[in-house]
Amino acid sequence: MVAPNYELIEQEGLETSLLEVSMGPHHPSTHGVFRMDVKLDGENVVDLKPVFGYLHRNHEKLAENMSYLANMPFTDRLDYFNSMTNNWAYALAAEQLVEIEVPERAEYLRVIMAELTRLVNHVSLVGFFVNDLGALGTPLLYAFREREKILDLFEQASGARMMCNYFRFGGLRCDVPEGWLAQAREVVDQFPRFLDEYEKLLCENEIILSRTQGIGKLSRELAVSAGITGPMLRASGVAYDLRKVDAYGIYDRFKFRVPYGEEGDCYDRFMVRMLEMRESLQILKQALDNIPEGEIMGKAPRVFKPKPAEVYGRIEGPKGELGFYLIADGTPKPYRYRVRPPSFINLTVLRDMCLGQKIADAVVILGSIDIVLGEVDR
Amino acid sequence: MVERSAELEMTVQNTSPGMDLNDLSSAELERAGVIVTRADFLYNWARGNSVWPLTFGLACCAIEMIAAATSRFDMSRFGSEVFRPTPRQADLMIVSGTVTKKMAPQVVRIYNQMPEPKWIIAMGACAISGGPFKHGYNVLKGIDRYLPVDVYLPGCPPRPEAVLQSLNYLQEKIKKQDIKADPAFTKGRRQYPVPEFTGKDLEPPYNPEVWSPPENPNGEPVVPPKTTAA
Repeated sequence: MVAPNYELIEQEGLETSLLEVSMGPHHPSTHGVFRMDVKLDGENVVDLKPVFGYLHRNHEKLAENMSYLANMPFTDRLDYFNSMTNNWAYALAAEQLVEIEVPERAEYLRVIMAELTRLVNHVSLVGFFVNDLGALGTPLLYAFREREKILDLFEQASGARMMCNYFRFGGLRCDVPEGWLAQAREVVDQFPRFLDEYEKLLCENEIILSRTQGIGKLSRELAVSAGITGPMLRASGVAYDLRKVDAYGIYDRFKFRVPYGEEGDCYDRFMVRMLEMRESLQILKQALDNIPEGEIMGKAPRVFKPKPAEVYGRIEGPKGELGFYLIADGTPKPYRYRVRPPSFINLTVLRDMCLGQKIADAVVILGSIDIVLGEVDR
Repeated sequence: MVERSAELEMTVQNTSPGMDLNDLSSAELERAGVIVTRADFLYNWARGNSVWPLTFGLACCAIEMIAAATSRFDMSRFGSEVFRPTPRQADLMIVSGTVTKKMAPQVVRIYNQMPEPKWIIAMGACAISGGPFKHGYNVLKGIDRYLPVDVYLPGCPPRPEAVLQSLNYLQEKIKKQDIKADPAFTKGRRQYPVPEFTGKDLEPPYNPEVWSPPENPNGEPVVPPKTTAA
């Protein structure tokens, strides 16, 4: 099937044919081992077929053969930018199996960790996205400079930079060390200065405007019917945020706004993420002000052996709705463990967005979806 | 201006363009600004201090590899900031992450396209042995089954400092190599057979040139055969 507005030039004595390009799995712009089989007419994309499975690491099958808690470190490696939010979604699902009350302080720390993760994800994504546009290096270096500050916080709390493995069913593994909250506040207070600088550098840059505005439009109807979630859905004009809809954890106590776009093009997706960072900072400030002292671990059973049940836990991850579906059969191991990965489902509309665009724009569109292959292929 | 010692002054005056340098010892020559060295040393010094890695990220470790190149850790201090997207211009392949059975043929193919001399760092537990995903049906248990690995860098994922250390180890290795005997310079471009994914497993399961299964995989103590008294 080809794009509807597409016609091959027919002239006597001339033969034209489509050019097939295989971008990936090793390609500097594919955000991991992902392949796009693109059919081109000149520079226009006529057909596009995503090919994945190059990082299929059997997460779901491996989880069926280990205990519930032993699977927590594996959730870190699903979306390796956001280990904290992955942990949270999995903990939410498992906490429904055996009813555990999470203490107040743990809930606050969970929110703080999740919002810091959102900052890490969005700031790196914007860096990679601008990298795809051709601004090699500089914005990415700025982004990683800020990312390191937040990773330092993660490291002090959990012991690891990236693969934190910090959440437990019913709370957190350990309390944050002394002085951590003050340091977190310092990072949060300094972050707007960086955002101002970043926005000044990028948001009104003429090249970015001309390369992203009107490129890769995703209509509101298609976004809703394809199950798109997260910043991509909000960029298409649907103000749907699970933090507001579900109010999981203690999100109903915080005041924040949900930014959404109008056009649904690459620029909107980029700007929604920039604005979301500001809102995350608002949540962080409120959480750091109100965090109480106390326990960080609820009364969890020593042996996690839930009764037969089916549960689904979901959170608003930085990339979209991240869900874990668990079927318990009365043994210490899950009978079925299924991940609802946001980036995989957001990737399904790649072809619709790329048809009729130039090949260079296909790279930009892929960058604006924000995929992580560890989660797409699982 | 630094004052020269009387001895050095004399040596410098003595090295006039017409004189025979063979008469001087190497210490005297060095003082006169002439360096005597082996071609190996010069070549390895230049090679080791400008290793260009390939932009090649497979999984989680790739993020730490990028972090090692950014300003906080700054890989360019060791001459390796030039990440090249094409294998034709790269010296070093950092296999950063899980190699699945679907990806392994492409990894070998990319390695074959790199010009000599070339090196490999197996970064992270997955690239070394399969790591936490070892029991999966789709994960290759170590890239060293198909390619000759120079430095093994453990961790899940390794910290950026560890990436820099592995690079230092590689530089030490490069500085020891003998240009006349090293296969990189004597055999031409090394090409390894690309495995084929047959739907079930990779064929062949390993390359006997670079890897062979351990003789005693379970680590059981080897019992010497009993000698029966005749």
